[in-house]
Amino acid sequence: MTILTVLFDGIAAGMLLFVLASGLAVTLGLMNFVNLAHGAFAMAGGYICVVVVNRWGMPFLAALPVAFLFSAMIGALMERTLYCHLYGRSHLDQVLFTVGLVFMSITGVDYVMGSSQVFIDIPKYLQGQIEVFGLGMSRYRLLIILLCSLITVAVQLILTKTRFGSRLRASVDDTRVASGLGINVNTVFALTFAFGSGLAGLGGALGAEILGLDPTFPLKFLIYIMIVVTVGGTSSITGPFLASLLLGIGDVAGKYYVPKFGAFAIYAMMIVILIWRPHGLFSRAVSK
Amino acid sequence: MSELVNESVKEIRRDLTYLAHWRTWEYVFWIVAFASIFVLPGHYLILTEIAWLALFALSLDLLLGYAGVISLGHAAYFGFGAYAAGLLAKHGIIAEPVLALLAAGFAAMLLGFATSFLVMRGSDLTRLMVTLGISLVLRELANRYSNITGGFDGLQGVIINPLLGRFEFDIYGKVSYIYCLVVLFVMFLIARRIVHSPFGLSLRAIRNNPLRASAVGIPVNLRLIAIYTIAAFYAGVAGALSTQTTAFTSLDVFSFDRSADLLLVLIIGGTGYLYGGIIGAVLFKVLQDVISSFTPQYWQFWIGLILVLIVLAGRERMSRWFDMTRRTALVTLGLQRILQRGGKL
Repeated sequence: MTILTVLFDGIAAGMLLFVLASGLAVTLGLMNFVNLAHGAFAMAGGYICVVVVNRWGMPFLAALPVAFLFSAMIGALMERTLYCHLYGRSHLDQVLFTVGLVFMSITGVDYVMGSSQVFIDIPKYLQGQIEVFGLGMSRYRLLIILLCSLITVAVQLILTKTRFGSRLRASVDDTRVASGLGINVNTVFALTFAFGSGLAGLGGALGAEILGLDPTFPLKFLIYIMIVVTVGGTSSITGPFLASLLLGIGDVAGKYYVPKFGAFAIYAMMIVILIWRPHGLFSRAVSK
Repeated sequence: MSELVNESVKEIRRDLTYLAHWRTWEYVFWIVAFASIFVLPGHYLILTEIAWLALFALSLDLLLGYAGVISLGHAAYFGFGAYAAGLLAKHGIIAEPVLALLAAGFAAMLLGFATSFLVMRGSDLTRLMVTLGISLVLRELANRYSNITGGFDGLQGVIINPLLGRFEFDIYGKVSYIYCLVVLFVMFLIARRIVHSPFGLSLRAIRNNPLRASAVGIPVNLRLIAIYTIAAFYAGVAGALSTQTTAFTSLDVFSFDRSADLLLVLIIGGTGYLYGGIIGAVLFKVLQDVISSFTPQYWQFWIGLILVLIVLAGRERMSRWFDMTRRTALVTLGLQRILQRGGKL
């Protein structure tokens, strides 16, 4: 394994983290809502992918949009029925509520799908490696990088070029002024929440292969998601993106070069960044 | 002018002393607690667990209820104290349990002080991440150095010497329970003194509005670091109690579930009046006993559901009865003032 392979794997892991966490970054910036259950939506996407691919024999690539839609629908439903009651409540309430949801999702999935780790049947053409310029690259990771790059570009375009994106950015910058200008912040938020949950679901389906999927997924990756959001900040999408890449590469490199203490790489990065830039690497405002 | 100021300072001081007085229900509460030694002799095991859980919750209450700092990883200090006590006893470094308890508490306190600087940086979300991160790091460390901690098998071969060199820990757990209860009571008295001191009042000011608190000259960060350190000491003592009464500890002490359960304990009982943790611990243990008797594997689901329902129903509504007692105290205070001034408003 050369340094390039480490970099490649790290970028794939980072891209995946970005897709998993970007929804949370936006909803947190928009409504200042601490949603610790974000990982549960990713898990939902992963498990629906397992069901449709392994049990119903749907092609893997066709199952990815299903995972997106499934998680987005759950997200929309939860937002309209439960989350909407908690905007403007204290952070403690939001933490308690979403931790409760995490526990329920973990045991619920355990009850329905069993507690052991599950694997998605990856098609043949995605297994193994291909050689590009003498560098062996895993096909699956290449797919992740390609798909996630596309998603990142799409999200960035939606945010900067569309009317909805302008509304969203306006709402993030100043919710009160935005609603005063006639933007229906609640609708914007509901849509964003659903979209972010969908992205998480897609990330969960894509990541099942390399991150591992079992009922404790929402807890296991909670710290990763939180680090991405706090380090990257919530004011733009580039912040979380760069933070995800940094974290992914750091994590893979740490586990490869110092296997004994690789698990500490992300925490070490977290601590260094906190001391260096307590309000995140890329934050514009001091705090919201 | 200065006389007037002096007068009102005196008045405020008198009012605060009045509010810090022991109420009748508090005497009753502790009499009931100590009566449980004689009334419930068959339940010492669960009572012991309730006692150290209550102390653990008291620790979080100091932090969350009084200073408004949310922690997702308070188990870090509990676990550190638990392992410290276990290792001290196992290797016979400090053989006497009470001294070992203090030592374990101070060890956790040092850790709390060292980590408090990280916790105090950034916003609420950053705090959540850092506290969670600290407990995960400790768990990973304990797992990595399994030659010292026993790793996943837990710390075995811990032998706890007789208490104060005289009282042997018996198999019924009577000594354990009395020990835990006395420690809880003493720590409670200290906590009560802390929260009614000017220091405690400044914490409440910070909780209600950090910006305003710093504007009236309260050193916000220093106060938060201080209370975080104190809370870590309390958590460490609670962890040490759990090790000493079971002669065992495992990686489980650092788990996220423990921190989350602790939040639930405190929320059931209500935050910000010290008794919440104790009442919550009793309710939580009873609840756990009932739920796990009919669904041992999925009891976490019900814990989650309770959390969700409590938040949806509104926590404030649940702690209203306490506000009532507080309000009665304030009204009595007001009436006294009026009487002192000769009936004029």
